[in-house]
Amino acid sequence: MAAATPTVSLKPSGGLRRRQIVNKIMELIGWLAALSAVAILFVVIISVAVRAWPALSWDFLTKPPALFGQPGGGISSAIVGSAIIVAIGTAIALPLGVLIGIYLTEFAPRFIAQPVQLVLDILNGLPTIITGIFVYGLLVIGHGQSAYAGAFALSIVMLPLVARAAQETLLLVPSVLREGTLALGVSRWRSVTGVILPTTFGGILTGAVLAVARAAGETAPLLFTCSIFNPAVSTDVTKALPNIPVLIFTYSEQPDKALHEQAWGAALVLMLFVLVSSLLAKALLARSRRKLGR
Amino acid sequence: MMTDDVTIPIDVGPVETAQERRTPAPEQREVVFDVQDLGVTYGSATAISGVNLAIYGNVITAFIGPSGCGKSTFIRCLNRMNDLVAGARVQGALLYHGQNIYGDGVDPVEVRRRIGMVFQRPNPFPKSIYDNVAWGPRVLGMKKGLDERVEKALTRAALWDEVKDRLKKSALSLSGGQQQRLCIARAIAIEPDVVLLDEPASALDPIATAAIEELMHDLKDQYTIVIVTHNMQQAARVADMTAFFSLQVGDGKRTGVLVEYDKTDKLFTNPADKRTEDYVTGRFG
Repeated sequence: MAAATPTVSLKPSGGLRRRQIVNKIMELIGWLAALSAVAILFVVIISVAVRAWPALSWDFLTKPPALFGQPGGGISSAIVGSAIIVAIGTAIALPLGVLIGIYLTEFAPRFIAQPVQLVLDILNGLPTIITGIFVYGLLVIGHGQSAYAGAFALSIVMLPLVARAAQETLLLVPSVLREGTLALGVSRWRSVTGVILPTTFGGILTGAVLAVARAAGETAPLLFTCSIFNPAVSTDVTKALPNIPVLIFTYSEQPDKALHEQAWGAALVLMLFVLVSSLLAKALLARSRRKLGR
Repeated sequence: MMTDDVTIPIDVGPVETAQERRTPAPEQREVVFDVQDLGVTYGSATAISGVNLAIYGNVITAFIGPSGCGKSTFIRCLNRMNDLVAGARVQGALLYHGQNIYGDGVDPVEVRRRIGMVFQRPNPFPKSIYDNVAWGPRVLGMKKGLDERVEKALTRAALWDEVKDRLKKSALSLSGGQQQRLCIARAIAIEPDVVLLDEPASALDPIATAAIEELMHDLKDQYTIVIVTHNMQQAARVADMTAFFSLQVGDGKRTGVLVEYDKTDKLFTNPADKRTEDYVTGRFG
C-alpha cells in the first residue's frame, strides 16, 4: 500500500523543544545527585581501606593489644568485647521489639497504635549521646562502668529499629491469611505464633540484622558506659569491656602512628561488618518476600 | 465463565440436572441459624438491614444477588468474622441452635471453632500440605490420630489422591483449585458443625469449580453448608435453599436487603417477587 503524504508534522517544535531541553537538564542533575551518593560510599571505603592496609594482618585480628610501648598487637579483645555487648543488647531489644511490633499490628486499637508508633519514631531519632548519658545516670553512677550498662544503652538504640521493622513486616502479611487462621477457631495469639510470625520470620530477622549493624558502630552510648577498660581479652560483663568504636576513638587520639594505623584497621573491620550485615539483611528480606508471594 | 450479567432469558437448565435435592418439609427441618432482624453498619453506612431467615441443617443454602448487596457481609456475620473489620456493628439477633452468637458472654473464637469458613481466594498457610490441615487440630488439642485425621479431611475434600505422595511439600506449590480444596480440608479437619463458603469458586477455572461443587454435595450429609455465590447457575446447581439479596436505594443510600428466600427450584422457576424474577431471568444485575 502506498504511503499517503502526512498532513501533519509530529516533530517537536517551538515550546516543546525548550521543554525537552529543560527535561534533559533536570534528568542530568538528578543523575549526578544519585551518583554522588554512590561515590561517597566508595570514597569512604577506599580511603579507609588504604589507610588501614599497613595495620592489617592475621595477628591484628587474633591478638590483644600489645603492652604499653611494645610494637605489634591487635584488636581481638575489642572484637570479643563488641560481640558480647552487641549480643546482650540484641537479647534485650529483639524480643521486646518483636513483641511491640506484634502488639501494634495484631492487637492494639488505632488510638493506641498511632501514638506508640510516634514514640518509637522519636526514640529512633533520639541523639545517642543522650541515651548514653541517661544510662550513665541510671547504671554507671555508683556502680562503675560495665559491659551490661553498655549493652543496655545499645538496646535502647536498637529497640525502635527492631519494633518498626517487625511492625512493617507484619503489615505485609495479607489479611486473608489472618482470617484463615481465625476462621479455625484459634485465639489471636496462637494465630500469631503459629502462622503469622513464621511467615514473617525473614523480615524480622532482616530488621534485627540491621539493628545489630547499627548498634555495633554506636560510639556515644559506650563512651559513658563502657570506655575505661583493661585492654586484655575478657568476658566479664560486670566490668567495662574493650570494644571497637571506643578503641577507634581512643587510638586516634594517641600520639603514636602505629596506633593511628590500628584505628584505621579497626574502622575497616567495623565497616566491613556493617556492609556484610546490610547485604545479608537485603538477601533475607528478598527471601521472605518471596515466601509471602510478593 | 458464566456470570450473572447474562442477557439471555431464563436459563434453568442446570436445575433439572442437579443432583439430589434435600428440601425437607417444614416440620422435619432442623433450624441451625435463626436470623432475626439482622442489620450491619460500617460506620455511618448501612450494609444490610432487616434480614430474617432460617438456615437448616444438612442442606446447602446459597446466597445470591448483585455486587454490593451485602451477601458477603451477611455470611461473615454467621461466624463473627465481621468482628475483625474495624467499625462494623451488628444489630438484631442471630441464633445458632437457639444461642444468640452476638449475645453476652459468647466468645467469637468458640463460635468460629464450630462454624468454619472458606474464603473467596484460596489462602493456604505458607506451610506444608500436611501442616496446613494438621495445624488447626494441633492447636485445638486434637492431637490423637493426627495422621488419620489429616488423611480423612483430605479424602473428604477430594484431594488425598493428588497430594498423598507430597504431603511435606509447600501448599503454595498446589494449583488454585487444589489450594481451595486444601482450604476446605483445613476447615473440616477440626470437625465443625457448619461450613461457610464465601464465593469459593470465583477465583477458579470451570474445571476446578466443578470439583468444588461436587465436593459440596458430598459434604452436606455431615455438615450444614452455606455458600455465597456471584454465579446464579452455581446456586441453581448446588443449593437446596436459595436466598436472593438485593440493593434497596433510598434517599441516596444503598442498603442490602433480603428479597426472597425459598427452595432453589421454586426461587428460580416461580419466584414470588418481581425483583427476584428480574434478577434470575437476567434482566438486571
